Amino acid sequence: MPLLEKGHVIADRWQIVTDDAAIPENGPVLVPAPRLSEALGRASKDEVGVILTPDMEVATLRPAIDRLSLIALTFPVFRDGRGFSQARALREHLHFKGDIRATGHILPDQYDMLLRCGVTTVSIADDVDITFWQKAMDRYTVASQPSILDEKSEGHGLRRFMK
Amino acid sequence: MPTDTALQTPLAVGRYNYDSVDRTFLRERIEEFSDQVARRMSGALTEEEFKPLRLMNGLYLQLHAYMLRIAVPYGTLDARQVRVLARIAREYDRDYGHFTTRQNMQFNWIRLEDTPAILALLAEADMHALQTSGNCIRNITSDEFAGAAADELLDPRVHAEILRQWSTRHPEFTFLPRKFKIAISGSPQDRVVARFHDIGLIAKPGEHGRPVFEVWVGGGLGRTPIVGVRLRDDLPEEDLVAYLEAVLRVYNEYGRRDNIYKARIKILVQALGAEGFLEKVNAEFATMDRTKYRLEPEIVAGIRARFADPDFETLENDPPEFRQARISNPAFDEWVRTNTHPHRIPGYISAVVSCKPAGGIPGDVTSDQIDTLADLSERYSFGELRVSHFQNAVLAHVRQDKLHDLWTALQQADLATANAGFLTDIIACPGLDYCALANARSIPIAQKISSRFANPKLQQEIGELRLNISGCINACGHHHVAHIGILGVDKRGEEAFQITLGGSGEEDASVGQILGPAMSEDHTVDAVARLVDLYLTRREPEERFLDTYRRLGTAVFKEVVYAAA
Repeated sequence: MPLLEKGHVIADRWQIVTDDAAIPENGPVLVPAPRLSEALGRASKDEVGVILTPDMEVATLRPAIDRLSLIALTFPVFRDGRGFSQARALREHLHFKGDIRATGHILPDQYDMLLRCGVTTVSIADDVDITFWQKAMDRYTVASQPSILDEKSEGHGLRRFMK
Repeated sequence: MPTDTALQTPLAVGRYNYDSVDRTFLRERIEEFSDQVARRMSGALTEEEFKPLRLMNGLYLQLHAYMLRIAVPYGTLDARQVRVLARIAREYDRDYGHFTTRQNMQFNWIRLEDTPAILALLAEADMHALQTSGNCIRNITSDEFAGAAADELLDPRVHAEILRQWSTRHPEFTFLPRKFKIAISGSPQDRVVARFHDIGLIAKPGEHGRPVFEVWVGGGLGRTPIVGVRLRDDLPEEDLVAYLEAVLRVYNEYGRRDNIYKARIKILVQALGAEGFLEKVNAEFATMDRTKYRLEPEIVAGIRARFADPDFETLENDPPEFRQARISNPAFDEWVRTNTHPHRIPGYISAVVSCKPAGGIPGDVTSDQIDTLADLSERYSFGELRVSHFQNAVLAHVRQDKLHDLWTALQQADLATANAGFLTDIIACPGLDYCALANARSIPIAQKISSRFANPKLQQEIGELRLNISGCINACGHHHVAHIGILGVDKRGEEAFQITLGGSGEEDASVGQILGPAMSEDHTVDAVARLVDLYLTRREPEERFLDTYRRLGTAVFKEVVYAAA
């Protein structure tokens, strides 16, 4: 599946491990949360990412956070907004500096909100029109509340400019 | 009076005035919606995907047509905006509009293809339909006498505006488990139903001159009516946004998403218990980056500067013209007694414009009436009109010596019914005449009760009596908080009505108790008459219906309704 970063398609260098498949010895791997310690125990010490489901508490990743390069959030349906809070909590509470990837059912209309919550990449379906996502990213020039992007507060009130 | 430097026009009174940046945002938001409509047309969005997006733009699909719900932040409009509403009613609806219990105005007969033109018209007057529906933070409501009431400790509208801005397209809280409603008051007299909101805020002056807030959380109506719990008594102004962030974070993370009837924050608060919920909020509040969300005095001042204050004159209370008019015209005097509220400034008074004429549809106003309200707001209330959650209009700053002139003009427009707070000041949802969720029609029974008790003398005799009607268990007509509540149900395929007694949405908040089995429409109207008769017979001096009910208990009221049947 294509991966979107800042409105552009990038190559996905991560190997995604499904539930009980073997974890490759080398290279970056993205694993389900229950297999995180197994992946971290690899001899190669290559990069590890973890898949978080919406019902998981972000705080459970705290002990491993410094060893993670990628955290993938799951959206079972676009209306389920728990991932927005998870992303924001990963940045604000766990000070996670790596890649936060949104996966699952996501609409382009949610793109700028995901970015403002700290998401950096989005996994999108093969057949989508990228222009919708680019448009959504660039549409708004102004917002009226603080966000993870720390847009500079300007003018009056809670206003910040996004460009 | 401060002016908008770009336009050199005076700032409107009583609400936040847009500048070019706010207008840019609104344009961007309308473009987004236009794109969404186009993508729905092309099939890029499925109907399932489009629906929540359309709802967040205020566009519902009802039984017979689309409904567009226009946002009226904290219920305040200027005359220019009011005229736009009249124009929409005239050109795009069936010549009327409907005031809602969340201080908005909705149009029930909108054609989908007209919505872009309507949104453009609204935008010209700095208006929109954003977040009047959908599982997001909805329009912030406030006291219809805000900034005017003699009993008010603090004008809550600047903070209502701060919360409006904060919640607009909030990146984290736009896909919540369910809708989220916030009300804010600055008076100890709760006129905003604070205790039945997802969050109810009551502002009051703090020790050092800056406001503090009581925070009520987890109240609600619907199929699980619950009085909210007070989480904070003294939240400092600087923490207002941070604390609400914390509450919403806990709700977004833990609120149920498996069942829409269990998804409101009230269910979460009940499930965790008030203590358990508070613990989670406090944990979030203690660990979050509070500096980021701090509401600095400059931020508040910046918003306040976009509000204009009315240019009050120095006047005396109870001037001779006013006194004389009350003496010589008993009908005017009666209207003054029922439909006005004391003002904080000597010589001024707030007037409630009843949108509940005898036999009428609660909250409906014709386009001509809407235009009249715009004219009268300019002539008598600094160009400002409010919508109350009782589905009436309010002119908040009227000179007492001009009140008789205003009343005369209202009479000519059929807007001078002297029934505010009386039995015929009915709150009713649109019911099965419009709504796809309803079990029964709310409007015809409201009209029958309104006609039956139309006699002003009878209503004065009865005094304050809140009667609300909902067409289904979702309780949009607030029947749970009425002294007499009426709930439409489906009884083996027939419309029937259940009565609840003893509800209150005010400081003495309580949920009405079901009286007994549901009855037909006509039997229900008769039952109301018998309840009222019993009250008139058994009341003690100064007792309202609610007080008598609370003193006597359900049994006697039940007997008078069902023994006779």
